Amino acid sequence: MDWLAILNNTAQSLLSPATMAFALAALGLAMHFGFAGLLNFGIAGYMAIGAYGYAISVLVFGFEWWQGILVSLVASVIFSLILGIPTLRLRGDYLAIVTIAAAEILRLLFLTTAFGDITGGADGLSGYHNSFRAANPFPEADYGFGPWTYNSVELWVLVLGLLALVACVFVLLLLMKSPWGRVIKAIREDEDAVRALGKNVFAYKMQALIIGGIFGSLGGVIYALPSSINPGVYVTSLTFFVWTALLLGGAATVFGPVLGAVLFWVLQSFLSNVLPELVTSGVLPFISSIQASTIRFILVGVGLMLLVIYRPQGILGDKKELTFVK
Amino acid sequence: MTLSKSQTGSKYWIQIGLLTTALTLIFGGLFSTSALADEVGADLPYKVQGNVKNEGIALEGVRIVVAGGGYTAETVTDAEGKWLIGVPEKAGYSVSLDQSSLPEGIAVVEEGGAEQSVEIGPSGVVTKNFFIGAGERIVVSMLDQVIARIVYGLNFGLMLGLASVGLSLVFGTTGLSNFAHAEMVTFGALAAFFVTSVLDLPIWIAIPVAVVLSGAMGWGLDSGLWRPLRRRGLGLVQLMIVSIGLSLAARYVFQFFASGGTTQLPGFDSPKIKLFGATALSVIDIASMVLSLVVIIAFAWWLMKSQTGKATRAISDNPDLAAASGIDVDRVIRTVWIIAAALAGLSGVLWAYFRPGIKWDMGAQILLLIFAAVTLGGLGTAFGALLGSLVVGLLVEVSSLVIPSDLKYVGALVVLIVILLVRPQGILGRKERIG
Repeated sequence: MDWLAILNNTAQSLLSPATMAFALAALGLAMHFGFAGLLNFGIAGYMAIGAYGYAISVLVFGFEWWQGILVSLVASVIFSLILGIPTLRLRGDYLAIVTIAAAEILRLLFLTTAFGDITGGADGLSGYHNSFRAANPFPEADYGFGPWTYNSVELWVLVLGLLALVACVFVLLLLMKSPWGRVIKAIREDEDAVRALGKNVFAYKMQALIIGGIFGSLGGVIYALPSSINPGVYVTSLTFFVWTALLLGGAATVFGPVLGAVLFWVLQSFLSNVLPELVTSGVLPFISSIQASTIRFILVGVGLMLLVIYRPQGILGDKKELTFVK
Repeated sequence: MTLSKSQTGSKYWIQIGLLTTALTLIFGGLFSTSALADEVGADLPYKVQGNVKNEGIALEGVRIVVAGGGYTAETVTDAEGKWLIGVPEKAGYSVSLDQSSLPEGIAVVEEGGAEQSVEIGPSGVVTKNFFIGAGERIVVSMLDQVIARIVYGLNFGLMLGLASVGLSLVFGTTGLSNFAHAEMVTFGALAAFFVTSVLDLPIWIAIPVAVVLSGAMGWGLDSGLWRPLRRRGLGLVQLMIVSIGLSLAARYVFQFFASGGTTQLPGFDSPKIKLFGATALSVIDIASMVLSLVVIIAFAWWLMKSQTGKATRAISDNPDLAAASGIDVDRVIRTVWIIAAALAGLSGVLWAYFRPGIKWDMGAQILLLIFAAVTLGGLGTAFGALLGSLVVGLLVEVSSLVIPSDLKYVGALVVLIVILLVRPQGILGRKERIG
């Protein structure tokens, strides 16, 4: 077995666009679910809005890359408003079903051949990189060391992703220390009590939905920046994977989602490298290497169950601040 | 397909935005198909292709739809009359040519008409050329089409109903929104496949065996997982996320054993019999509808008349009061799980015939439709779920007359959101449940 290659690939996922995209999406979910108690199961929809919003505004309207990102963020705000107005007054599990349905509607709209000229249908979108790469401040060279070696384009994506992540963590940290954050957490604990204090619960929830949605949409942009957009990615499983990352790190924490996303991707990339190797080297008999790579998804499901049952607050969470109060 | 900046033309899109436009289009049904490319899904592994010509002259802009195994795609022919549609699996597909897109005075003059079935050959590509010639096309009136769609919709709705009453009962008695219900649907189909292919028994033995195995699965899940978790005092949201984890794990366990491909139950390609108008059903379709109806009536009788059925409704209404009046809540919930799983398993077998095909994520494909049906009828009401299923089934099938077939599930999901706007408790639900 080639342990060096396995460890090399695993180490790469510590700092990859996918990890940062997951971290951003999980931060958005932390805002929604961890702090505001909103059961959003449509984070894949927000990520799709981010990715498609960026690519379509660059490809169809010829926008600059930063204008494309702005379009994505504005689109996510519109989506939050459409989603939130009918559903935020309803009980939690209704919100869960509506958000998951809304994300699926979006995916089907991006997938259909009816809008194929704009969305690329089942083929997805690619070739939207010119403006972004032209703005690359790094001269052509190889950067980094060991497993973390990047060319200038990869470095530009990473730096931008990292900047976005740090900015979002910072914003969330400040928000949660502010009076606004205390009201949000109070809504999660007891909505009626907050209403009795004269706060407009609906408005606060809507603001939380919008802010978390912006984080998720930014995650979608980072996910799409390195190569191309494939509509098969934005399925409900993506939502569940982001949830697993969130709950792993700790839902009601600021750094938990980031830690969870990193751990999720490190484990995924380790297993996806090591399991087929175990088959070829004969340690795991009777199964094919395709079956071996299925095992890691089974482990995600089992892991999610065990996590919610035995440590619902996650790695960094505080038992006293359980988010599953109701 | 890559987009270039030359397609920039329409500033119109800037003002309205993609999402709003898309939604408006759905509600307005204003779809134009003329802008489609001649190649769809060209990067998929298998391909169906053809060339539409009339007496050697290529016909441009003829609409072709390929459907099968839960996958639908459509395209229009290019200037040379050619078309190509990529398909995900090596299986049977139906190819239909939309005769209303042919020029006046010519029609498909082939045995079997404008809808033909093809099988992907060893090369991975199959060519289907329609015989087109002068002749009056047999115009199917809109009314006949609507009637045919209503019949298919009822078939689909009854199948959904079997799955959704179980989900609704479990929700009513335990408060759990069970995302793993989809995997119970898949489990039923896989069990039937195991009995027919591995044990080589006929389908009429396989169906009861699959139902019994599914029921046993429901019992196992309740006593092995859900009851201990209820004892632990897990909250409803926690239970819901546990069910999501279970759903993911089970789905990939199915993929582990059944691989990623599609397999068929015996008799899936039994010929369609023309009944009336444009309505054609196979023997399997008719048997499926009769079976669902009989089972649903038996279930309704059980829920209304039997001791356990009454106890189930009492627990849905008020679990504490039910427990206080001497109902053994745990025993009733166990029964509910067994029945819910058995019904889901049966619906899985029927869904395998309806799609057609058995695949590891077949249940997950209809999970949201099941949720839509349950929410539409009113969460926790069994008959509401049934009514909701019929509405969703009809909506999905009839709406595909107006909107592109790859968007037919969108209609049902939009209705789900709209119904929550105007009547969140659903058709048969009561207001105090929405919290």
